[in-house]
Amino acid sequence: MTTTQERLSAEPASPAAPPAAEATATRPRRSPLHAVRRLLPAVPILAALAVWQLLTSYDVVAWVRFDKIPGPGEVGAAMTAQLESAVFYQHVVSSLGRILSGFALAGLAGVLTGIAVGRSKIAAALVRPLIEVARPIPAIALVPIAILLFPTSEQGIVFITFFAAFFPVTVATIHAMKALPPVWTDAARTLGASRFQILLHVVVPGAMPSIFSGLSVSMGVAWICVISAEMISGQFGVGYWTWMSYSLLDYAGVVTGMLTIGVLGFTTSWAIERVGRRVNRWLPGEGA
Amino acid sequence: MSTATETGAKVELREVRIDYADGPAADLDLTVAPGEVVMLLGPSGCGKSTILRALAGLQPIAAGAASVDGEPHDQSHKCAMVFQEDALLPWRTARRNVEFALAMRGVPRPQRRALAVDLLGQVGLTDFAEHLPRRLSGGMRQRVQLARTLAARPRVLLMDEPFGALDAQTRLEMQRLLVSVWRRHRTTIMFVTHDVDEALLLADRVVVLSPRPARVVRVVDVDCPREPDAQLEPTFARQRQEILALLGHDLTKP
Repeated sequence: MTTTQERLSAEPASPAAPPAAEATATRPRRSPLHAVRRLLPAVPILAALAVWQLLTSYDVVAWVRFDKIPGPGEVGAAMTAQLESAVFYQHVVSSLGRILSGFALAGLAGVLTGIAVGRSKIAAALVRPLIEVARPIPAIALVPIAILLFPTSEQGIVFITFFAAFFPVTVATIHAMKALPPVWTDAARTLGASRFQILLHVVVPGAMPSIFSGLSVSMGVAWICVISAEMISGQFGVGYWTWMSYSLLDYAGVVTGMLTIGVLGFTTSWAIERVGRRVNRWLPGEGA
Repeated sequence: MSTATETGAKVELREVRIDYADGPAADLDLTVAPGEVVMLLGPSGCGKSTILRALAGLQPIAAGAASVDGEPHDQSHKCAMVFQEDALLPWRTARRNVEFALAMRGVPRPQRRALAVDLLGQVGLTDFAEHLPRRLSGGMRQRVQLARTLAARPRVLLMDEPFGALDAQTRLEMQRLLVSVWRRHRTTIMFVTHDVDEALLLADRVVVLSPRPARVVRVVDVDCPREPDAQLEPTFARQRQEILALLGHDLTKP
């Protein structure tokens, strides 16, 4: 390593060095700065942890009260304990099951509704008013109704998640229908494609970029709703567990629950992003 | 459906009127012989593209009758169109775009690949078959579009200013390519352009249209169509002048 660097830094001194050699010679010089830049994102996180540690270890009370808030050490210990307990995973699996079934149903129903409303004037006249009336209702306001409607709270929670996730993907799909370049469908028509073939081969693939941005918004609101619904009426799940920890004055458990929700939310969004990139590889911004 | 020897169809427009929401767009009477190359030339916005769109079934005809080989145009499915815009499906490679047209024509899946590669070869894109459209230049994309349209095996090729967005050099290459493809397939071609030279270089007949609503002002027969050095002939210059005068004359009218 040292020898390479010495050789490289020596090279520009020789008069016959071609421009290519100069380019390679600058790289090791930039390297330390580059490493610093890569570490840069860690700085605010470490700083936040340090502030958290200070505020909680001195039990600061200045309008906001940190005297009951657990410190990073306590939370770390609680989290390690949880990661070793089977019950914790039961809660995680139960939340994931609810969100994935609600989200999958919403994705399917939303894309189908969006295509119908976007492509057919009759469907638009019949369905659009309902969508516009129901859309402003926050899904979480449906909790009492969901409890009355469904035999188990499990189904109620899935319903609330579905309701929340349905609208972003539906609206994104409707807009995608309007935004497709007409020349794609015109060309397919002159090549002899039927209405259904145009839908399958032109409209759906062309709408995928918008559909996926709708899906990632849906996933975000689905998490909000599943957690809130669990806090209110669940018997299992990370939201329920977080609220139960609060009731039992286990504040380190509360923070552990929060962080778990964060990790789950991040993972599911990341998965959608990955699938979306794969489906929409052809977009100008993507690689390949 | 699968006979390789199919050639161009006869196109007849009888008192055809096409309307936009705000008034008539075109009103014309025209017969195109099988395998003929007819260039529709007119000032921009005169409604010449609308005529092609009507023949392709993308625009309704308000009055009159259009027929292809004696059948009503909207039931014949013999017209396919090359658009000026980039009409390729961007998520499909060049080959898969051509295969799309083959699939729509009902070609069984196992045969599609070879046929698509052959068609791309005819437009000089053998090496670019696996490229996505965004990796291709504008001229190459239009070549893929031509190959894809040919894959539908149309008896009438409708071309709506297909080279309008290309630079002069590429446009010249594309014109030569079109002539070689036409010699091979012998389809009827109805080609819309506002470029007088392009019209005279490619046409059997040049149909000069009036400003909107498009009406036939004059039909100019080209003596030796698609001669390599046609531009150097005195008749070319004379016909060019004649057409320019017609267009200029009509443009100055209120």
